[in-house]
Amino acid sequence: MTTQSLTLRQRKINWRKLIVTLVMLAGGVLFLMPFFWMISASLKFENDVFTYPIQWIPEEWNAANNYRKVWLGDHPFWLYYLNTIKVAGLTTLTSVTVSALAAYGFAKVRFPAGKWLFLIVLATYMVPQQAILVPQFILYRQLGLFDTHFGLILLNSFSVLGTFMLRQFFMTVHQDYIESAKMDGAGHFRIFAQIALPLIRPAVATYAILRFIWTWNDYQNPLIFLRTDRLYTLQLAMQKFATINGEYYSLIMAAAVSAIVPLLIVFVIGQKHVIEGISLGGVKG
Amino acid sequence: MEAVQTERRPIPRKGSLHRKEALAGWLFVAPMLTGISIFTLFPILIMFILNFANWDFVLGLQKFQWAGLDNFERLIDDARFHKTYLNNLIFMATVPICMAISLALAIIIDKHVFMKDFFKVTYFMPYISSVVAVAVVWQVLFHPSKGPVNHFLRWIGIDNPPRWIADPDWALISVMMISIWISIGFNMIVYLAGLQAIPKDLYESAEIDGAGGWTKFLRITLPLISPTTFFLLITGIIYSFKAFDLIAVLTKGGPAGSTSLMVWYMYESAFVNLKIGYASVIGTVLFVSVLIITLIQWAGQKRWVNY
Repeated sequence: MTTQSLTLRQRKINWRKLIVTLVMLAGGVLFLMPFFWMISASLKFENDVFTYPIQWIPEEWNAANNYRKVWLGDHPFWLYYLNTIKVAGLTTLTSVTVSALAAYGFAKVRFPAGKWLFLIVLATYMVPQQAILVPQFILYRQLGLFDTHFGLILLNSFSVLGTFMLRQFFMTVHQDYIESAKMDGAGHFRIFAQIALPLIRPAVATYAILRFIWTWNDYQNPLIFLRTDRLYTLQLAMQKFATINGEYYSLIMAAAVSAIVPLLIVFVIGQKHVIEGISLGGVKG
Repeated sequence: MEAVQTERRPIPRKGSLHRKEALAGWLFVAPMLTGISIFTLFPILIMFILNFANWDFVLGLQKFQWAGLDNFERLIDDARFHKTYLNNLIFMATVPICMAISLALAIIIDKHVFMKDFFKVTYFMPYISSVVAVAVVWQVLFHPSKGPVNHFLRWIGIDNPPRWIADPDWALISVMMISIWISIGFNMIVYLAGLQAIPKDLYESAEIDGAGGWTKFLRITLPLISPTTFFLLITGIIYSFKAFDLIAVLTKGGPAGSTSLMVWYMYESAFVNLKIGYASVIGTVLFVSVLIITLIQWAGQKRWVNY
């Protein structure tokens, strides 16, 4: 008797859940409509972009032509892709290294200055980078870092956020591991590389993916610190492409798809890490 | 016994051990400290100098002039800056609106749907996408005559739909709508994490007492999620002060300055009008604004949040 009423109740709840799911699905489709429109327009002839009712699946395809112009035209996206992969990849590498080293130093090495230095580092987190853009620009011109990939990479390599995040995880590494390794005669660098870092690998992966996505999507810094066309990153190129091709919306949409989709793939592969990272620290670029 | 021995043995060498430990500590944090000193602390120092200068950097260091408090005086009289700051305050309204939508979505996704992960990814997509590409797409969608948005509005019988980003009265609202659309995913994910931290038995015992869905939301969810709400509010407000990409791509502050936000105005002053000193003062205002909000966060964390 009780089991029967329970299953009945269960079934009723499931029906409700199904309806809510369907409503949310419709909402989700509406929410992502700009993306569907973008992909659809990128496949069309220019004349068909604004035909109504919207042809979600184009009757005549011009995809190959549109994408060829984006990737191999006067402003070849393959070059900007290489630039962006280089900048985002190296930024991620240096930023993770610098942050992990500092995080270990603050979490696991007991030295009197550590506490104060950590407070100083934390205090700089309050400074919005936007506020110091102008002096950074002046400094970059004086140091010869302006209009170089190297300068752009350095700019995002010293992340307080990353240091803070990884420090939290190093704190969870049990002190016994470190003490016993010390007994065996290991120095801090060996303990860091062979014991502590492997133990917090998931956190490092999360931070690395986030840093990669943020750098990939960064528009403001390349805009201010790069000038030469062939050094442009994807976001800068995207904007320039849209300006130059003004009214050719099919081309612009093909460029937008090219700028968004690869990163969406990275995200979908690493989504567990990304979503965990965001939930854990509630971090924001 | 053994423990006592290991305790005792290092005593004569304690000084050198400490020194070794301190050296290791400094070495570990040195790269970070160097980077911060050069790329953050030193620029802050330059900013303070530039605040009192009148300088066109294209002409080189020889043309550097001291300007006293001129830049600050200009700022106080600058109607465009007043408008910009007001826009920033209006733009802040995106934060609570976005949070409310995100909380509703998070609650629905947390308990009332199948395929949770699918919905998380769906609503997170705009946040992960490049702002430039997204802005370009919206620019076309919002096209006054040809765009799909206005086509739809005319189809449902609105004869004179707004001209969106081309209309000074609507441009800021359009940008705000896009900004909310982008940020929903982030807020929702953080809220979902907050919801999962609420003990399930609280809801169960409330159900036994006969509480309905709305009562449970008001009496349990809302108070217990307040740390998350507070966190999102503060980071959201700080983030709203930093907004730049969307403006730079979509409107360039126009039409008629209606979407000029602080970082954009600073950018324009420095790199279009070449007024480095003035731009630096705008940066200082931004800096101080964010500082004040951060201090409110520190002070408020204990007082306003129900743990």
